[in-house]
Amino acid sequence: MSRPEDTLPPDLFYNDRESQKYTTSSRIQTIQTSMAQRALSLLSLPHPSLILDVGCGSGLSGEALTASEHTWIGMDISASMLAIALDRETAGDLFLADIGQGVPFRPGTFDAAISISAIQWLCNADSSHVSATGRLARFFEGLYASLKRGGKAVLQFYPKNEVQRSMITGAAIRAGFGAGLLEDDPGTKNVKVYLVLTVGAGAEEGGAEDVTNVVRGLEGVDVIDERRKGRGGGRGGEDKKGSKGWILRKKEQGRNKGKVVKADSKYTGRKRRPAF
Amino acid sequence: MTAKPPFIPPPHFTLHPTNLPLPPTTPPPKMKILTTNYLTCALRACKSHPSSFPLHFRDAELQQDSLPFNAAFIANILPRIDWPALLTTATELGFTGLPAEKPDLLATAEMEADEGVGRELHRILLETQVVEGKLVCGNCGHEYAIHQGIANFLLPGHLV
Ligand SMILES: C[S@@+](CC[C@H](N)C(=O)[O-])C[C@H]1O[C@@H](n2cnc3c(N)ncnc32)[C@H](O)[C@@H]1O
Ligand SMILES: [Zn+2]
Repeated sequence: MSRPEDTLPPDLFYNDRESQKYTTSSRIQTIQTSMAQRALSLLSLPHPSLILDVGCGSGLSGEALTASEHTWIGMDISASMLAIALDRETAGDLFLADIGQGVPFRPGTFDAAISISAIQWLCNADSSHVSATGRLARFFEGLYASLKRGGKAVLQFYPKNEVQRSMITGAAIRAGFGAGLLEDDPGTKNVKVYLVLTVGAGAEEGGAEDVTNVVRGLEGVDVIDERRKGRGGGRGGEDKKGSKGWILRKKEQGRNKGKVVKADSKYTGRKRRPAF
Repeated sequence: MTAKPPFIPPPHFTLHPTNLPLPPTTPPPKMKILTTNYLTCALRACKSHPSSFPLHFRDAELQQDSLPFNAAFIANILPRIDWPALLTTATELGFTGLPAEKPDLLATAEMEADEGVGRELHRILLETQVVEGKLVCGNCGHEYAIHQGIANFLLPGHLV
């Protein structure tokens, strides 16, 4: 099955028909609700909080926040999805906005943020001529600023491959977040990846406390920190020079610097046959 | 006399749900005043200009809702409210009941028992909502339309 984000930009993919189909599917309702609940439990918020729902869609994820007495604000690029959220009378305030353009809230606004099944869309450049790396940077810088000090974000996403996974975690770390990746049902086709982010509380005051300690405290989270250069959590050690992982990483570094690198394929990093 | 022909939508015409009038029983969708206290102009260049915050209401159509009072939530967000900005917004919308200084943080239990400022904040921040109108940046002049409570913050490409 092809991935929707490889076919169309999100505002065109989630048109009236697709948004209706998406929201009324009981299978999707169940999955989105349980992922939003998982994200909420990872946030472990002590008070009724103000939460940003990034790519809120028709409000399936936000309804889990309302059920726990939180107040939320949602951003989404699809007018059709938001129209369905209106019909469903979701409690959150809704914004038609592109997260790749930034997060238009003043510093320290939110206690926390969640995002369920949305941010992988940022890995595909859209029609705006801004690179995927540029849009990811805008998003994570904006998100970082809009969270209060000590705030947290849990972003569930569907990385297409190792490159997207490191593109996203790398962008979060560059924006200043302490980051960890959590996988539920790893190695199965139902695997769910959660990027757990913290806005360091102690880091500003001279960096006495390692921000990743906050993430480390969370159950089942793999910490990625600068010492591992932000590559996928859990894989011990660096990739061997010349290996597929090493090549993908180099290419990613090139891409981050705005270089044009060859698209990855299943042949990337394979030994070539000797030519005669 | 000939009867008016029925309206046949042209092929490019899509019946978008946001264009349809909602059934009369459904309350109109809207945006909380609380949200506008956190909102900034989406233009990056504006963020450092004091005149860009708060965004100013124009032609705002308001609606008064009734929501359960959540004292713990008010206590949690009060420190993050920009009070002068809230006074500006409240004045623009015709509310004059707020004190000139941000009230001291009340304990949740106290607020629950008290009829005073906690409930007044609840009424203005959460129960007063904007259905239609515009938010305008005082620095760049950009207008963000609010339609059915949804504010359009998509920036045209040349402004990004
Ligand atoms: C699979 S849906 C998830 C919606 C909701 N979070 C849920 O759990 O049901 C993905 C959503 O991400 C939104 N999205 C994709 N790219 C976006 C962008 N650049 N800015 C804002 N929203 C975006 C889409 O419009 C879509 O509504
Ligand atoms: Zn502006």
